[in-house]
Amino acid sequence: MFDYPTIKFIWWLLVGVLLIGFAIMDGHDMGVGALLPFVGRSDTERRVVINTIAPHWDGNQVWFITAGGAIFAAWPFVYATAFSGFYWAMLAVLWSLFFRPVGFDYRSKIEDPRWRAFWDWGLFVGGFVPPVIFGVAFGNLLQGVPFHFDDTLRVFYEGSFWALLNPFALLCGLVSASMILLQGATYLMLRTEEKMAQRARRAAMLFGVLTIVLFVLGGLWVGHLDGYVITAGGEAAAQSNPLAKTVVRAAGAWLANYQRYPLTMALPLLGIVSAAAAVSLALVRKAGLAFIASSLVQAGVIGTAGVSLFPFLLPSSSDPRSSLTAWDATSSQMTLNTMFWAALIFTPIVLSYTAWCYRVMRGKVTEQHIRTNSKSVY
Amino acid sequence: MNEALVDISRLQFAVTALYHFLFVPLTLGMVWILVIMESAYVITKQEIYRDMTRFWGKLFGINFALGVTTGITMEFQFGTNWAYYSHYVGDIFGTPLAIEGLMAFFLESTFIGLFFFGWDRLSRGKHLLVTILMAIGSNLSALWILIANGWMQDPVGAHFNYQTMRMEMSSMWDIVFNPVAQAKFVHTVSAGYVTAACFVLGISSWYILKGRDLPFARRSFRIAAAFGFASALSVIVLGDESGYTVAESQQTKIAAMEGIWDTEPAPAALTLFAIPDQANRTNHYEIRLPYVMGLIGTRSTTKEIPGIKQIVARNKQRILNGQQAVIALEALRKAPQDAALRAAFEKNQGDLGFGLLLKKYVADVRTATPAIIDQAAWSTIPNVAPMFWSFRLMAGLGFSFLLLFGCAFWFSLRNRFAGKTWLLKWALLWIPMPWIAAELGWVVAEYGRQPWTVYGLLPTHLSTSSLTAGSVVASLSGFVLFYTGLLIAEMFLMVKSARLGPASLGTGRYHQETATPHGKPQLAGKEA
Repeated sequence: MFDYPTIKFIWWLLVGVLLIGFAIMDGHDMGVGALLPFVGRSDTERRVVINTIAPHWDGNQVWFITAGGAIFAAWPFVYATAFSGFYWAMLAVLWSLFFRPVGFDYRSKIEDPRWRAFWDWGLFVGGFVPPVIFGVAFGNLLQGVPFHFDDTLRVFYEGSFWALLNPFALLCGLVSASMILLQGATYLMLRTEEKMAQRARRAAMLFGVLTIVLFVLGGLWVGHLDGYVITAGGEAAAQSNPLAKTVVRAAGAWLANYQRYPLTMALPLLGIVSAAAAVSLALVRKAGLAFIASSLVQAGVIGTAGVSLFPFLLPSSSDPRSSLTAWDATSSQMTLNTMFWAALIFTPIVLSYTAWCYRVMRGKVTEQHIRTNSKSVY
Repeated sequence: MNEALVDISRLQFAVTALYHFLFVPLTLGMVWILVIMESAYVITKQEIYRDMTRFWGKLFGINFALGVTTGITMEFQFGTNWAYYSHYVGDIFGTPLAIEGLMAFFLESTFIGLFFFGWDRLSRGKHLLVTILMAIGSNLSALWILIANGWMQDPVGAHFNYQTMRMEMSSMWDIVFNPVAQAKFVHTVSAGYVTAACFVLGISSWYILKGRDLPFARRSFRIAAAFGFASALSVIVLGDESGYTVAESQQTKIAAMEGIWDTEPAPAALTLFAIPDQANRTNHYEIRLPYVMGLIGTRSTTKEIPGIKQIVARNKQRILNGQQAVIALEALRKAPQDAALRAAFEKNQGDLGFGLLLKKYVADVRTATPAIIDQAAWSTIPNVAPMFWSFRLMAGLGFSFLLLFGCAFWFSLRNRFAGKTWLLKWALLWIPMPWIAAELGWVVAEYGRQPWTVYGLLPTHLSTSSLTAGSVVASLSGFVLFYTGLLIAEMFLMVKSARLGPASLGTGRYHQETATPHGKPQLAGKEA
């Protein structure tokens, strides 16, 4: 059993790992979906694109489901507040995800071109909308969100859906979309050939450069935003009660962690340097290395957002003391410890069989392959 | 809380859960039928078993896609529509959901990709292993979600923490090995096995009736008959076990579904038929079997089964205690260090949930009149008629499956089923019945849990998010729209693929694919 502050911090790291795992694994499927109508021009080409992820998208989507489950279990306050507060944004994510399982499985079972075109754009929506919304959500976290708790710790959200779509949040949405598109593009370079690999390569370079520009822009903007600071209470060892602290807004507070722990500067640097590396590697057609570099971009960018906010998870703009932090939004010590052991046992198992599946299905997907296996592939 | 919001949130949960549960049972059972078929392929090395695995796998895949789609909704919905529930019990409820993801969904979803796309890249044995792992994964996911659900029915291994205003875990062990959860798991997966067996049996019967793809259809029929017979037996035996645990932990539910208004002297009689009358709190036109209920419900001839009126009287006392607990808790929240207040709260803490029932009628529980307390006590009993009838229909269907599979298995053992037109037509006609039984089972289990989200701890009317009823109406409309469209696409593809039969694999070995009288090959369909 870890003591309470330690296990709380471990879970902050673990949720970060799950989100990064989600961006790397489900992210490349989403990127592929969003690039589908552009990288695949003919029907067979589109089937090639879809079949690069056909055996894997379902397993990868579990990163998303598990991240959701882990947030429910480890940070129930965050789960309750974010899902009910960001109501329409969450439904937009959910409904766009609806297009994926059905799009993958049903699209090629009927020959009608209108049917197939419908699902191609459905897969685009399922790949493009969720990363934009996740980015927009992080953009709002960095500005604070209007909610408060009453004395029974029931949460009340006071904002509207449209208020989420402010300029800074939209910028964050674009950062997120760019890095996911980069992830999808480098994956497609690796798994397709000739024309499609060429188009994917151009997309990788475009979105790699965009990721750098937008991420740096976002970083400069964050320095001018009001951050949040705990002024009293909210200790790491205390029981999870968000109302037992005082919090103030302070300009530039989101940069404080980088001054206090200069090593954390490595994260934004990792984001920028690996994006530059991904672009260069795409330029020289090193698809595998470009995919690895792009995966590091996901870690760098998500890590940067997490460290900037830390220990905050969900700051409240309307009632700052209701803000949720890694110290007062968590489950009990027993739950966090139980979940830790479950994660410790199962994560390596999951990673090994996932790797085995990719190994079995390795190699390029070709148009010839689609034509000869027309009835058994997607 | 806003009544309209609670009602519409419940409706949305019921609609999305019942819809999700159209796809789950078939998945749970089909995976094992696929394992059986593929094992036959690995042992006999006959191509036809491989084709069977692939064809039924194809139908399985069409169903699975919607299972995945509608499953994500469920995970979202606790947070979007039931935020206070998520806060109040997330410390316990979130854990099985997260473990379900880590242990079960990953396994199932990763290997389902290899199941479909790995045929040419894996040896026979390795592919079978993949299919088995997929089957284990999908059944494990049922285990974890039913552990979570079992806890809502019988919340063991948890305690209330007044500082965090929520339930917290005392023992993961108790939660996992909760007898209610274990009984629900075996009952639910067996029901899924029956569903899949009925599906394969019915479609195979149709091919036999049409006189097409006979070797393929006969083999499929026999596997479904054997698997279905074993499953139909277990669903009844284990369903009875499920009834037994219900009787222990949730006497309210058993009293409602059996229409027991007054405590029955031991051993209680089983009411076969009655018209329950909620207003007058009695039944009309009863037909009763003596002793049977006592045996099923208590496994004894000496224990009595408490009736609704007695349960209400007992709950009324718990509400009075709970009222004191709520008053003490509200004071304690303002002065957390006050030892006297803490002692006052701890005295009645066990009945806190019952006190919270009063919040439906009054904001300040001190103002609850005796009439309100009476009303709250009666609200602890779900409506008897829907419970009574759902249970009887479900159980009746359960016995019909046993009869159907009994006949199918008997004639399949004697190899005489192909000529039994009545049996084949019955099997075809019976395809939808397991779904009806499964949905009714959900009603008995979950409607029967009302007025609680977590039995005895958290009333449904306190569990919602702070949304407007309008928002939930709008999102419900969105779900109905999406789900209707998806269901049409699914049914269309399912019927199309089933009609096409194994010819949809494009192997050239099946109905209308082989040589025509003119000697030219002809394809039954162009589609993949």
